[in-house]
Amino acid sequence: MSSGALFIAVFLACIVEAVEALTIVLAAGTGRDWRSALIGVVAGVGVLAVAVAALGPALTAVPLTGLRLVVGGLLLIFGLQWLRKAILRAGGLKALHDEAAIFQTALDDARATPSRGRGVVADWYSFTLSFKGVLLEGLEVAFIALTFGANQHDIPLAALAAGAAVLVVTVAGIAIRAPLARVPENSMKFVVGVMLTAFGMFWGAEGAGAQWPGADAALLVLIPSIALFALGLVAILRRAGRPPATAGSSITGEAHS
Amino acid sequence: MTAKITAFLKFWYDFIVGDDWRIAVAVIAALALTEVVSSTSLPAWWILPAAVALLLPLSLRRAHRRRRPSGLGGPGSR
Repeated sequence: MSSGALFIAVFLACIVEAVEALTIVLAAGTGRDWRSALIGVVAGVGVLAVAVAALGPALTAVPLTGLRLVVGGLLLIFGLQWLRKAILRAGGLKALHDEAAIFQTALDDARATPSRGRGVVADWYSFTLSFKGVLLEGLEVAFIALTFGANQHDIPLAALAAGAAVLVVTVAGIAIRAPLARVPENSMKFVVGVMLTAFGMFWGAEGAGAQWPGADAALLVLIPSIALFALGLVAILRRAGRPPATAGSSITGEAHS
Repeated sequence: MTAKITAFLKFWYDFIVGDDWRIAVAVIAALALTEVVSSTSLPAWWILPAAVALLLPLSLRRAHRRRRPSGLGGPGSR
């Protein structure tokens, strides 16, 4: 169960972040210079790979109890952030993530900025836009993959899930050459928020010395309970008088654009 | 130089702590309480679920009060 959950959580989180990074790279490449944008992608991926390669073995060397306390706590804080935003979006209190609109804004900004080259990079703006996009979106995935992987003592599986997600998004991006606006990002963020919160809670409590009733099987209760609780909060927020975020939103407030 | 250090620290604060610092503080307090209760003969597993059940609605209520309906499409949509 834990390995499957590890794969799903990392895969979904990575899909979401890769879609966001793809939008930025597409705007930089389409609006400015593809070569510089792709150099930015390679540089961003390179920095992330070095960070994961350096921190991965270091994390697995930490004693499991201490690791679960610190990482469980961080994962719980991180998961609650994701879940809070997802509930606010689904409840109509926060704008739904709209890749098409984000792409258009980034494209307009890219076209309005004067061109300037540095070294082998013909267009510095495209390079930095892509580099920052890949690095910042990738950091969240690296954090999730490393913490899940280290706790499960299976960083290769986490890396496989992340790699598979990046591959899927890259192939889809090359195929349609447009932002992946139809990916149900908001629902996926909701699911990832639930899983990060459940695992953060589970590992954090274990790290602090608590014993869960049923040991690992407690996760089978925690994950659906958190999901139902979060959906209940969405319903309360919607009933509190907020108009739906978009016409045709699903229960988790997904915009099917 | 100071501006760069401030920006660096702000990035990590936003990355880890996020929009509501009270969540981070409450999670740390709940973990500390779990550690203390675990050292006794009492069960401690329920403390984090109880903390989340309290924290999340309170944080959402604060956000609900802060935002106007026209907040849709506003900043911080990430």
